[in-house]
Amino acid sequence: MKVGIPAEISPNELRVAATPKTVKRLQKQGFEVQIQKGAGLKANFSDKEFEEAGAKIVGTAAEIYSQSDIVLKVKEPSVEEVALMREGLVMLSYLWPAQNQELLKLLADKKVNAVAMDAIPRISRAQKMDVLSSMANIAGYRAVIEGSYHFGRFLNGQITAAGKVEPAKVLVIGAGVAGLAAIGAANSLGAIVRAFDTRKEVAEQIESMGAQFLTIEIEEDGATSSGYSKEMSKEFIEAEMKLFLEQAKECDIVITTAQIPGRPAPKLWMDYHVAAMKPGSVIVDLAASTGGNCALTKNGEVYTTDNGVTMVGKLNQLPSQASQLYGNNLCHLLDDMGKAEKWKIDMEDAVVSRAMVTYNGKINWPPAPLPVSPTAGGKVKVVPPTAEELKLSDAVKSKKAATSMVIQLGVVGALLFFVGRFAPPEFIQHFTVFVLAVFVGWQLISNVAHSLHTPLMAVTNAISGIIVVGGLLQTTDDIKSPMTILAFIAILVASINIVGGFMVTHRMLKMFKK
Amino acid sequence: MAIGIQTAAYLFASILFILSLGGLSSQESAKRGVFYGIIGMAIAILATVLGEGVAGQVYIIIAIAIASLIGLMLARKVEMTAMPQLVAILHSFVGLAAVLVGFGSYLDSRTHQLQGAAHIIHLVEVFIGIFIGAITFTGSIIAWGKLEGKIRSKALLYPGRHAVNIVLLVVCIVLGVLFAQQEGTGGLLYLSIMTAIASFIGVMLVMAIGGGDMPVVVSMLNSYSGWAASAAGFMLGNDLLIVTGALVGSSGAILSIHMCHAMNRSFFSVILGGFGNAPAKGEAKAIEGEVTALNHEEVAGLLKEAKSVVIVPGYGMAVAKAQYPIYDMVQTLQKAGKKVRFAIHPVAGRLPGHMNVLLAEANVPYDIVMEMDEINDDMPNTDVVMVIGANDVVNPSAQDDPASSIYGMPVIEAWKAEKVIIMKRSMSAGYSGEDNPLFYKPNSEMLYGDAKVSVEKIMSFLKS
Repeated sequence: MKVGIPAEISPNELRVAATPKTVKRLQKQGFEVQIQKGAGLKANFSDKEFEEAGAKIVGTAAEIYSQSDIVLKVKEPSVEEVALMREGLVMLSYLWPAQNQELLKLLADKKVNAVAMDAIPRISRAQKMDVLSSMANIAGYRAVIEGSYHFGRFLNGQITAAGKVEPAKVLVIGAGVAGLAAIGAANSLGAIVRAFDTRKEVAEQIESMGAQFLTIEIEEDGATSSGYSKEMSKEFIEAEMKLFLEQAKECDIVITTAQIPGRPAPKLWMDYHVAAMKPGSVIVDLAASTGGNCALTKNGEVYTTDNGVTMVGKLNQLPSQASQLYGNNLCHLLDDMGKAEKWKIDMEDAVVSRAMVTYNGKINWPPAPLPVSPTAGGKVKVVPPTAEELKLSDAVKSKKAATSMVIQLGVVGALLFFVGRFAPPEFIQHFTVFVLAVFVGWQLISNVAHSLHTPLMAVTNAISGIIVVGGLLQTTDDIKSPMTILAFIAILVASINIVGGFMVTHRMLKMFKK
Repeated sequence: MAIGIQTAAYLFASILFILSLGGLSSQESAKRGVFYGIIGMAIAILATVLGEGVAGQVYIIIAIAIASLIGLMLARKVEMTAMPQLVAILHSFVGLAAVLVGFGSYLDSRTHQLQGAAHIIHLVEVFIGIFIGAITFTGSIIAWGKLEGKIRSKALLYPGRHAVNIVLLVVCIVLGVLFAQQEGTGGLLYLSIMTAIASFIGVMLVMAIGGGDMPVVVSMLNSYSGWAASAAGFMLGNDLLIVTGALVGSSGAILSIHMCHAMNRSFFSVILGGFGNAPAKGEAKAIEGEVTALNHEEVAGLLKEAKSVVIVPGYGMAVAKAQYPIYDMVQTLQKAGKKVRFAIHPVAGRLPGHMNVLLAEANVPYDIVMEMDEINDDMPNTDVVMVIGANDVVNPSAQDDPASSIYGMPVIEAWKAEKVIIMKRSMSAGYSGEDNPLFYKPNSEMLYGDAKVSVEKIMSFLKS
């Protein structure tokens, strides 16, 4: 199978979907790799490096799109690029499906099977292919570096012979991957870092990265099942704005990272917040491309407002590093899809089915919701048998089960008949009680917590001391009769069991605490 | 007390016992469960003593008083690490009581008033009751000896043991047939011979089971003690005994089966003994790589850098009583903002749930104590895994080496973490006798020495 990598045509896109390292990895996975001439130049990878890594250099994008089975891209394709694609091509790229309905239609009409890397569901198993996380990590770090550059002062506090330098105060809004990366970077540069997020659950993460968690005294949690936050109520937003205004007066660098999938970024930092800031302060808006969190952000521009606040609306993408991480994400996804050898588009798979936004000429968006859960996702599925095979094997199985069931029931019935035929009625009565009790015990224990097995055993042990009843029934007034002596010893040992068993269980359970 | 009231009291006691076992399904309701059990037991004893035809109350009170004192002392004194031994020895008491009650019932003059089928059935009940009781009695004593270290814990296997067991079983059945035909107490000799044989079977049964399978044995004996009580119920015509015995018996059985599943072993091969000596399928995989060791300071350094730490305790932790210093260390790490959790394998230790009890003793909150399945998915995101005195439960051979005797057993996937630190006394193999390729992986490091001493040393470096 051939994997092709075209050069990115957008002048603002410096990244490339493969690096010499990932080219090697793709070959290990069994793919043949061809890359367009000059594709890696903007990310500092020369054609020579790619060639040495084993890729074939191809002259034009048209060749890539017509001769590859799988195409790896960074930025969503333009109309011209879609026109070059062949039917049945698998394309992995950023697509922003929620905003690009037109593009999806074009791709579907062309029967291109497009995977939106930005639509990989955020579950534990898919973390290694989550491009939003890997890219956000870079953006968060870079936001601090560029913010600090425009700020033009120390971030850490110092006491020197020439006088005291106050540490800078950095406010991070939104503690997703980018936000947390920013907190970490700012903290390690020595700044005082504060962070705000509507999701209460991230407080711990914020504090673990070394920032102070700012919160609002309104009971409302912004967490949703998608792992992103939702939009909040009016009262909440008012309180939030008030909090931001106080912070605006104090903070030197504000980094905003709030995004809502498929929607314009929420406006969190208003013009009056900017107006309240000290001259020389910096706002780095990581949501600039989706409209910006700050009302005054201009996408792709860096400028200074009238009151001396620098607005940063674009960031260097660190293209080499970003390409490497993005390329790794792609490799991981290809790994999951079976590599070259067992290549398969498995629409049953939780990840593939959600990220594959066009498939066989149909648009597959929006995907089925996926609840956030730490245990979600299993191993990559093995090729499932066809429906008929399943039906057939099911039928055979159920037939077999039915036969063995009939045989078992027959045997049990015959045994019971035998017992009923010969045993006295009293025995049958006890036997009934016995069998029912066995079933009750079986059902009871099936759901005991694993950690409680030891106490459980101690308690059943104590309860089995019920045999003391046997001894009690056998004691007589004559201590010399052998029966009474036996009964006496039986009561003695059984009672040790009862008292010891219950006491020790009690002792153990006392120790379990949450 | 009228028979009707007594039966009602028995019914009430049975309900309380069922609630008691049901209550143990979660930590929150467990204490209530014990309480139900105690009340049920008190009701059962009172209803019996106050019932018709019970005499010799003085002796009963004396016996219970002495026993309560002994029981209290035992329960107070026992160390949590010695829990398995205590449970095993208590099981033997039930077995002994069942044997005594059986003999008592046979000597009881009421027995000999029975006629025809009823008489024969009663004798069979006595016979079976004593048989199970005797096996439970001696088996539990051997289990106690093995756990206490008084008897070699290695499986004792001799050729043809299955044949010997079957012959003994057949002899017992023949004795039983002869016994049932005797009038009066004439069958006492047969009964005694059978008791001796059953005791021997009990010894051999547990002797044949290796140390690693001890948790299963203990829960299996638990089950036997229930069946013994149930059999006593049949011979005395007492429904309370039957119900309670059956509850205990079936719960013990399902517990054993659960544990066998956790170790991926067939239930029968464990109870019949001889596991661990199954012929290996094909060549054992050669282990590549070399063992590297760290010192305490380096381990402390790794921990300082880690963000997420998982501790996998095993029997070694119990032996060294290291749970207290370990929790101290955990608290120190938590204060430094690290995520620390425990991963417990279902068969870690010598008793099901053994590790949980030890950690609870050291006040470790149970919400950071995870089960294997809960934590395995998280292993790749873990910076440091500390394996403390565990071996087989983290052995990768279980997943990738079909020649290994533990192949197929679910294990904690410690090797997927960034770094694995294995605290061990020496390079010896685990209970299964399998070499552990984990030690040779490039991301694992050994730290030799007693677990408790090592943890304390690490602590001193962590604090400095």
